[in-house]
Amino acid sequence: MAHGRPGLTGALATAALPLGFLAVFFLWPVVAIVRLGLGPGVGAVLSSPDTWSIVGFTLGQAAAATAVAVLTGLPVAFLLARTSLWGNGFVRAAVMVPFVLPTVVVGLAFRSLFGDGGPLAIILANAFFNVAVVARTVAALWSHVDRRAEDAARSLGASRWRTFFSVTLPVLRPAISSSAAVVFLFCATSFGVVLLLGGGEYATLETEIYLRTVQLFDLTGAAALSMLQLASVVAVLVIGAILRRRSTALRLRGRADTARRPVGGEWGIVAAAWGVVVALMVPIVSLVAKSFESGLDGYRAIGGTGFRGSLQVTGWEAVLNSLRAATDATWLALVLGVLTCVALVTLGRTRARPSLIETIDTAMMLPLGVSAVTVGFGYLITLDALPGDLRTSPLLVPLAQALVVTPLVIRTLLPVLRSIDDRLRQAAATLGAAPWQVWREVDIPLAARSFLAATAFAYAVALGEFGATSFLARPESATLPVVIGRLVARPGELNNQLAYASCTLLMLVTVAIVITVDRLRVGSVGEF
Amino acid sequence: MLRVEGVTVRYGRVPAVSSVDMEIADGEVLALLGPSGCGKSTLLRAVAGLEPADGVISWDGVDLSGVPVHRRGFGLVFQDGQLFPHRTVAGNVAFGLRMAGERRVEGRVDELLELVGLEGFGPRRVTELSGGEQQRVALARALAPRPRLLLLDEPLSALDRSLREQLAIDLSRLLRDSGTTALVVTHDHDEAFTLASRVAVMRAGRIVQTGTPEQVWRYPTDEDTARFLGCTTFMDGTALNGTIQTPFGPAPLTAPDGPVRLGLRPTALHAGPGPTPATILTAVHRRDHIRLTVTTSAGQVDAITSITTPPTPGTPTTLSLAPDGLAIITPTPKTPRAHDVL
Repeated sequence: MAHGRPGLTGALATAALPLGFLAVFFLWPVVAIVRLGLGPGVGAVLSSPDTWSIVGFTLGQAAAATAVAVLTGLPVAFLLARTSLWGNGFVRAAVMVPFVLPTVVVGLAFRSLFGDGGPLAIILANAFFNVAVVARTVAALWSHVDRRAEDAARSLGASRWRTFFSVTLPVLRPAISSSAAVVFLFCATSFGVVLLLGGGEYATLETEIYLRTVQLFDLTGAAALSMLQLASVVAVLVIGAILRRRSTALRLRGRADTARRPVGGEWGIVAAAWGVVVALMVPIVSLVAKSFESGLDGYRAIGGTGFRGSLQVTGWEAVLNSLRAATDATWLALVLGVLTCVALVTLGRTRARPSLIETIDTAMMLPLGVSAVTVGFGYLITLDALPGDLRTSPLLVPLAQALVVTPLVIRTLLPVLRSIDDRLRQAAATLGAAPWQVWREVDIPLAARSFLAATAFAYAVALGEFGATSFLARPESATLPVVIGRLVARPGELNNQLAYASCTLLMLVTVAIVITVDRLRVGSVGEF
Repeated sequence: MLRVEGVTVRYGRVPAVSSVDMEIADGEVLALLGPSGCGKSTLLRAVAGLEPADGVISWDGVDLSGVPVHRRGFGLVFQDGQLFPHRTVAGNVAFGLRMAGERRVEGRVDELLELVGLEGFGPRRVTELSGGEQQRVALARALAPRPRLLLLDEPLSALDRSLREQLAIDLSRLLRDSGTTALVVTHDHDEAFTLASRVAVMRAGRIVQTGTPEQVWRYPTDEDTARFLGCTTFMDGTALNGTIQTPFGPAPLTAPDGPVRLGLRPTALHAGPGPTPATILTAVHRRDHIRLTVTTSAGQVDAITSITTPPTPGTPTTLSLAPDGLAIITPTPKTPRAHDVL
């Protein structure tokens, strides 16, 4: 122990499973599909001004939507973390609902609000999805941050705003930059929304790749754009990692110590948070209202397969498919995410080079930023090489979903694990706790709430995942979002009613799961 | 017993601790005393196994280099407690016992809470405790599994003064009564002298002097050490037959005959009836005395006077010498294991 780097080997071994998963189920398919398209045409695509205006629009709308999501998410995070008010449970569940709504449906809802769509509609719709990411990630850290630093700043004569900007914000920065990076990736690769609201006029890399792959069979162009997408995503992730570099150890406190009744100007923030929640509710309520436009017809139709058998599964079977796939994806993502976090935190303690930690961290985020179409297509041309042909396996959809969900688990857990004072672990070690016991006795209890939050989050995202699932799900294993997507695209009043009813059902299932997980108390965890 | 031989700890290329030798006998309390940044906490963390170090750290002759933190059986108390926020007081104290696989811990937990004066605090949440109470719990937690060696890293520094002094006395009694072998790191010499039977003075990553509190206090090894131990004025004197002649009069102190270098603490000179004329420059109230700066024919020096006779700056007075405030600079012979000889 006095020599060398304790735990380095162990940490790398822990990281091996998530990294291996990433290599087999992400890198390999993506590289395969890109190689398939490599050819002399790539240069032409890359040098075309049209391509670069698409890149510009992709990054621009993503940046704007991220800014909107951060600005609207912060008041909600304050409400959830710093106040103990009636209705917080509702807010906690309500901000999660947009996340699971199929993009197609949200696209439709925003089109009815904004006429022909356009950049503003795209930005707001993308932000609408992602307020929850910011609100919940930031709240998870904020609820454990000691209030006294803020009190000290106030007593030194800092105004409430000054205190927020000079004391609170720097402490929250890891969580904010973490969630902003996730939101940016979601927005940069958002698909359904842009397709519906962009008309023929506005395209992002994601929709362009889809168009070229599926409709134009221009694999060369798609490969070029995929590489471009990968490059810009890596650039954003590296910048994000550098921004997160200086993270400070905090004194974490129990929730009861930090949540209280708001005072004075804090009510203004509470009002803003509720304003955000109400705004989030508008498209949701309009969807629910539409589902009742012709009474309960839509809901009765859930038992069937749509107008003239538009579907191969009934609505109820789709619900079961969704739950099954989301459950598998969630436990997979939790295993991968927790292993990654353990490896990253252990590496951090061994004084390993920061670049090694950041590389692993960044690699695990990549799937968020790469087109679901690319990954999906890649699966179809590579996974037959694995034993037991996964392409026909019911695990295919959960595998793809886990790829998208794992980064969220990591981003939710890691800030909290990293902010646990290392001396607390050292205290446990000097009292005789072996490294695994330190995890069991210190890290796990202190991060348990965030783990639950990550679980709920992962489940909701898996339930709502549309891009990769629509590409990979076989007709008889279609999930609810996929069914809704198909219904909206088919004619027939009954199909519309069924789509809206299914949407409402999906929201109900999500809310029920989020509320259940939030209410879970594991042993002594409840008090923290 | 703990033996530290030639231990060096580096942060990057900068050595925080440079080839330190040190021994702690069973039942002994050793204080590592030094200014902040001298490397004393780093040395303590190396002993605990929390910092990779070069050199040999051994217990009863067994090299600890391959022994991880949790198998060393060394308890550690941090400056700010580092209690587990998700456990009660009893849960914190019982932690080490549970890790050792002990099933029936209630008795031992109650015993320790009583020992640190917190009977009945068991079910409380640690976040509700005051700083002093938290530190007592941290001590009880570290002592519960009966560590072979207790490491205390500035255990009282985060507390307010009166509490610190009271706790230092309690802690000293507790360590002696329980026969605990301990290493205390502190920058406060009062604390070091109260707690420890032997003091090692550390500066710039090295141990410069080791001895009993009396030795270190009376015979600091050089002027820097003397200055750290409160001396503010230095002057030459002459020792002859058990008396040292100083510019302020004779002092009955033992030193080898010949010239000696003296360090004077403010308490060495009392304003009042005495042989040396002086003029008061400034006066500042301290807890139990008034601290003065005065000019004399030997230069400007610090002195003290009683609170009952408040002095006025600018007025003349006389000074008497109080031998208790004198330190005799006694360079340690430059042998490799010098402190063992002293």
